[in-house]
Amino acid sequence: MNTLVLVEHDNNKLGDATLAVVTAAGKLGDVTALVAGHNCGAVADAAAKIAGVSKVLKADDAAYAEGLAENVAPLVAGLMETHDALLAPATTSGKNIAPRVAALLDVMQISDILSVEGPKTFTRPIYAGNAIATVESSDAKLVITVRGTAFEKAATEGGSASVEDTSGPGDAGLSSFVSREVADGGDRPELTSAKVIVSGGRALKDAETFEQYINPLADKLGAAIGASRAAVDAGYVPNDYQVGQTGKIVAPEVYIAIGISGAIQHLAGMKDSKVIIAINKDEDAPIFQVADVGLVADLFNAVPELTGAL
Amino acid sequence: MKILVPVKRVIDYNVKPRVKADGTGVDLANVKMSMNPFDEIAVEEAIRIKEAGKAEEIVAVSVGPAKAQETLRTALAMGADRAILVETDEEVEPLAVAKILKAIADEEQPGLVLLGKQSISDDSNQTGQMLAALMGRPQGTFANTIEVDGDAIVVKREIDGGLETVKLTMPAIVTTDLRLNEPRYASLPNIMKAKKKPLDTKAPADFGVDIAPRLTTTNVSEPPVRQAGEKVEDVAALVAKIKELGIA
Repeated sequence: MNTLVLVEHDNNKLGDATLAVVTAAGKLGDVTALVAGHNCGAVADAAAKIAGVSKVLKADDAAYAEGLAENVAPLVAGLMETHDALLAPATTSGKNIAPRVAALLDVMQISDILSVEGPKTFTRPIYAGNAIATVESSDAKLVITVRGTAFEKAATEGGSASVEDTSGPGDAGLSSFVSREVADGGDRPELTSAKVIVSGGRALKDAETFEQYINPLADKLGAAIGASRAAVDAGYVPNDYQVGQTGKIVAPEVYIAIGISGAIQHLAGMKDSKVIIAINKDEDAPIFQVADVGLVADLFNAVPELTGAL
Repeated sequence: MKILVPVKRVIDYNVKPRVKADGTGVDLANVKMSMNPFDEIAVEEAIRIKEAGKAEEIVAVSVGPAKAQETLRTALAMGADRAILVETDEEVEPLAVAKILKAIADEEQPGLVLLGKQSISDDSNQTGQMLAALMGRPQGTFANTIEVDGDAIVVKREIDGGLETVKLTMPAIVTTDLRLNEPRYASLPNIMKAKKKPLDTKAPADFGVDIAPRLTTTNVSEPPVRQAGEKVEDVAALVAKIKELGIA
């Protein structure tokens, strides 16, 4: 099977999410990576070095610079004439583009796969991860989005794929990019690829308290910062901090949940973490049912003490 | 301008779904059903656009069983003007739903189609994007803010790492994210009035759409259960554990 992987990038750097997709694609067959962007040569070169990638297609056009689905989808659909499966990361960018490609190909997409069970059979979460469905496609071609935390990341070195130029229809004239506001995390690792995550919930009271208690602990551990939906909705932190079914799905080595009760929507986003540590003053909080280590305590005492002791 | 708002009937947000013992799916018998929360946000946003004088009519559509009428009545009680039920007892996949919606959009000629980014049942997150592709129109997915500006619509989208703003030519398809708005509750007088609003019933065949599924679900199982670990007595014990794990 010839697979096409949609590479996630910002024209300069290859997004981490791509690496898990390469692993998933490798289970189906030969892997070609598509870099659609503008002045994106460095990304194409990085993609060529990923272990398991046998060819890189680079579509360099101003129309693809911002990853607009209206422009990128026809390019991908055209390339699918010579490929059997498209795999994209289940990121906001992949989720935006892949279904548009699927409809152009008259294919029913398989979203957010957790495993490859056969050439046309996959598992995927439904009902916010409360059930796992095994689905088999009867379509001639496959369009798939891949849950990044469910597959090992392919090595960023070791490959030596050729880079070929390709082109598509360009600007569809339907949409235009206006602006992007991306939070500058400084030295802090990105949430979905961090080894350690310190996450805060509604119990943190307000934005100032959240920062005052969560940030120093995260700094000590070199951790990314996450939050529950309640904390985001209450305005303590921006929406991209949200961990959960409707936010980010994470699976770090260590997840520290502070003042988070553990609503099912939140658990769906972090229960695949290797070790879960929870601090909550309510000993009956559901978070303790999934935590490997739990501490029943008032976070306003426990967190500064913990930060000080580390 | 007319706004088309597709809505789906799903297991209520607060109900924990139970997997059937025979692995054929999730048990829907005697379970409370409601409008998909993201679709509720779409209905609310459509009403706000109409209240701002930028739309004249809101048409709610649902593809589903006869009971999806209740979901459409909820949309009407919130403020939609009329409704279309495309009735079928079959499970309809996003691709087929998008094809039916495309046929309805061809008839209704909406300036905007507003729908939830995903249903909380099968979590596919596809219908809006597929509809946009089939209509050959732009898509503003995961909307955080919407502003109708003449014959264009500016959508601020929730993306990994922050927010992105795009400008779309109309007609456009917009899918809603959680923080677009907080949906209103329908008042009792409006619930009564909604019973008299027009609701047409159609069938998928009326639109010439083949709804035969492309995916076969061979099994549905419970996710692996995580075992609760131990509780430690105090911060000192927690520090010891953390050091044991080698992260500090």
